[in-house]
Amino acid sequence: MNDKTARGLAAVRSMPRKEGDRVQSTPRELSQETVWMLAVRDRRDRMAFAALFDHFAPRLKGFVMRSGTPAEQAEEIVQDVMLKVWRKADLFDPHRAQVSSWIYQIARNRQIDVLRKESRPVPEELAEDPDAEPDAGQILALEQETDHLRRALTGLKPEQREVIEKAYLGELTHQEISDQTGLPLGTVKSRIRIGLDRLRKELKDLQP
Amino acid sequence: MSEIRHHVTDAMLAAYAAGSLPHPFAVLVSAHVSMCPDCRAALEAHQAVGGVLLDQAAPVALSGGLKADILSRLDDEFPSEPVYARSGVYPGPIMQTLKGRAPRWKSLGMGVRQDILSENAEGSVRLLYIPPGQAVPDHGHNGLELTLVLQGSFSDETGRFGPGDLEIADEELEHTPVADPGEACICVAATDARLRFRSALPRLLQPFFRI
Ligand SMILES: [Zn+2]
Repeated sequence: MNDKTARGLAAVRSMPRKEGDRVQSTPRELSQETVWMLAVRDRRDRMAFAALFDHFAPRLKGFVMRSGTPAEQAEEIVQDVMLKVWRKADLFDPHRAQVSSWIYQIARNRQIDVLRKESRPVPEELAEDPDAEPDAGQILALEQETDHLRRALTGLKPEQREVIEKAYLGELTHQEISDQTGLPLGTVKSRIRIGLDRLRKELKDLQP
Repeated sequence: MSEIRHHVTDAMLAAYAAGSLPHPFAVLVSAHVSMCPDCRAALEAHQAVGGVLLDQAAPVALSGGLKADILSRLDDEFPSEPVYARSGVYPGPIMQTLKGRAPRWKSLGMGVRQDILSENAEGSVRLLYIPPGQAVPDHGHNGLELTLVLQGSFSDETGRFGPGDLEIADEELEHTPVADPGEACICVAATDARLRFRSALPRLLQPFFRI
């Protein structure tokens, strides 16, 4: 682990924990997935990568197969994506993305590249100041926000959940997307928005 | 850079994250996101939804040797993929569409120039160079057309569009965009495959999520 991350993690661990918090309350520590990913990024830790593989690879396979990809091809995509997680680990930024969001985007990009046989256009990477200290508060806030989002998604009725899953698997046609009315996504949306507002401010600060 | 006023819709950002946006629009959305911190934050929120769904996906057992195979390949050499950075007024995704080359302008008369970056069954992406005071050429679009300003500005009946602004025009919009005085206007315009999306696309503008 490099100094930068070590300091960041120390700061996270020493964050005050209020007595009497409910167990269901928001997380006070970095998620296991984030800790593994940082170990891969900063120390090229193979054990941590194996742990990430154990967690994500079977889920990725299930996720990719849900969009109609046959098992064998799904495993090829899983391989490509997991190798990319190892090779592009330096692009992982816990201030801006959870490990799951980052892997989701790699997987979607990969599936589209396979379909189109050419690279999909992707936004420029944000230039990170190499001397910037990790901001434990920001990393934790993002984890907490994602936790709210997770609960909001878990609370959906199965049919509603199905529609959301299809949309984020790229399965809905435009017509279907525009026909989905009356989804009670207010909660999800407001949760995203809280996260957005914060992310937006942080990102603005990064602008020259 | 002046304030960006015209943004990507939420529906398009969600469709971009999921990979279901037609390629020409994906080029413009990723270029706008490269220039716009607000839309980058919004896109990252959509990716977070995708991430939660991935995290909660039902695991499916992998073939026996898969993990060992991947672990054994961690030290393999791998070809580095080209990373396209911004060059001048052209953001990374436009440089990617240009495949790293400079624009090859072709004159359309009256000082207006264009470079068609791609044109196929999925639609088209073209760069346009419009001298001050000249009208932006009409592409005769039947479906949806996105225009992203890279330099200078143009104005039409709906407002003024400067660097980073994205105009979303469907076939019902009657407009005559004209480049503003000052610097020449350089923009990139994308249309989709007309027939396929003709009827459905204007409705894509409706927000995907009801707020
Ligand atoms: Zn924007």
